Amino acid sequence: MSLEQFLSMGGYGFYVWTSYGVTFCVLLANIIIPIMQRKQFFVKALKKQKHPL
Amino acid sequence: MFLIPNAVVRFFHRMASPPHFYAFTDKVMPWLIIVFVLLTGFGLYGGLYLAPSDYQQGDSYRIIYIHVPSAWMSLFIYMVMAISGAIGLVWRIKLAEIVAISSAPIGASFTFIALFTGSLWGKPMWGTWWVWDARLTSELILLFLYLGVIGLYGAIDDKRVASKAVAILALVGVVNIPIIHYSVEWWNTLHQGPTVTKMDKPSIHVSMLIPLLLMALSFKFYYLIALIQRIRIELLQRERNAQWVKAKVSELR
Repeated sequence: MSLEQFLSMGGYGFYVWTSYGVTFCVLLANIIIPIMQRKQFFVKALKKQKHPL
Repeated sequence: MFLIPNAVVRFFHRMASPPHFYAFTDKVMPWLIIVFVLLTGFGLYGGLYLAPSDYQQGDSYRIIYIHVPSAWMSLFIYMVMAISGAIGLVWRIKLAEIVAISSAPIGASFTFIALFTGSLWGKPMWGTWWVWDARLTSELILLFLYLGVIGLYGAIDDKRVASKAVAILALVGVVNIPIIHYSVEWWNTLHQGPTVTKMDKPSIHVSMLIPLLLMALSFKFYYLIALIQRIRIELLQRERNAQWVKAKVSELR
């Protein structure tokens, strides 16, 4: 099977790859968001520890 | 309690303590990621490349490898959310409350994926993106339940009160779960009946079934990874004045 054939998915390429692409993006976002939140938390907590009000 | 070995009880007891949970998940996370990557790799290779195309649906059926596992996860995570919510409600275990609320966005994501990929599968096969079929409608209600849980939790400032409210909402919504599951049998419209969960004889060839089960397992591991990440941040925020969190912050100085 050639790469072109594989990507065309027997003519259903648009439906198949959009499904996989959107799934990938949603699942990736669910990993990235908590990582960003953790970074934000530590940055804020560190600031507070260095300069307590 | 005499049926459960002492070591297991001790394990859960320790896990309910935030600093122990934090340290333990630090250690297991790399292993979870390795297993997840392997399962996904083999699952996708088997599903997209090795498995033959369907004699009726051609290659469009390959959406099944994310559609069905996502739909299963949407139900599974809802049950986890409702049960841990109930445990938090009855025994006031902080970690159970956090498991419940941390599950909601992940469950909502899988519900969205199930609906979205179903729509992309329905267009070429049924000729329509959407139809108010019982299965589709009850799954859409599930998405609204998840969003309701997330919204309600965000609307209440006291997070322990919010957890109580969310647990009650989640428990009421449990009625929707059997409706989703049996919808294809009770109202036989466009959505096809179950192919895999007919335990006597699944009507799917083994070369298609194995990648499907691998993907289902891979999504379970994904849930575990994403859930732990969310629990950790929720623990840090709730316990920001606790000694163990302050020590963690000091390490960064």
